[in-house]
Amino acid sequence: MKSRATLQEIENHLSKFCVGIAGAGGLGSNCAVSLLRTGIGKLVIADFDIVDSSNLNRQFYFRNQVGLPKVEALKDNLIAINPNAQIDIYIIKLESQNIPELFKNCDVIVEAFDKSEMKVMIIETCSINFPEKPLIVGSGLAGWGNNQDIKTEQYGNLYFCGDFNSEVGEDLPPLAPRVNIVANMQANIVLEILMRKM
Amino acid sequence: MQIILNNNLESFDNEKLTVNELLEKKNFTFKMLVIKINGKLIPKDRYDNTLISNGDNVSVLHLISGG
Repeated sequence: MKSRATLQEIENHLSKFCVGIAGAGGLGSNCAVSLLRTGIGKLVIADFDIVDSSNLNRQFYFRNQVGLPKVEALKDNLIAINPNAQIDIYIIKLESQNIPELFKNCDVIVEAFDKSEMKVMIIETCSINFPEKPLIVGSGLAGWGNNQDIKTEQYGNLYFCGDFNSEVGEDLPPLAPRVNIVANMQANIVLEILMRKM
Repeated sequence: MQIILNNNLESFDNEKLTVNELLEKKNFTFKMLVIKINGKLIPKDRYDNTLISNGDNVSVLHLISGG
């Protein structure tokens, strides 16, 4: 395992890997951008939702993309950063039935859902179907401030990023800075896992 | 018994505990939970009859909405 590498070495190495992203909202869209910029070979992104103007406070979309399926808009934005990127998108509601097939070829999976029931669902599904595949979960990111509370914890192949406390609500909305911090902590864990294989 | 709970060593007077007993003792009242014992997922309907014993590595993970 190396702890240092040149940009070229990193990009060459990461180009061999595929990362699955479950959800293309605040966590998924921002995490995808960072992974793409770092040189991940292939991204598999799934979400059933369309871009809404209320998403623009934190998700990687633009005003003129409101109304488009999120994964299509995200693919356009990623291709605009790197035209050679390999991005597989699925407009689909992820469930325990379709997750194993969609993400079976991914080296790592990023959980990027909004609702806690969905987070539980993907953790259970991956624990049963992919016990060896690392899963990176975001949990607790609403509101603002308190940088020092946001952290990463590891339980076997399961990694948690967030403050493990701040639940979104009417008076505690998800805002760009903390959502981006957690999305990028997830991306950073993906890199740490994949760079270990160098 | 001594177990590892969420990466920390913890001691209990009991020789064994069911998952539900552990949740009660620790006052874990979260709704959205994932529980793993020695890396293995414990389904919700087994919380009453799955025993935790000395040396087990237990993770009680609380999931929070937002993304």
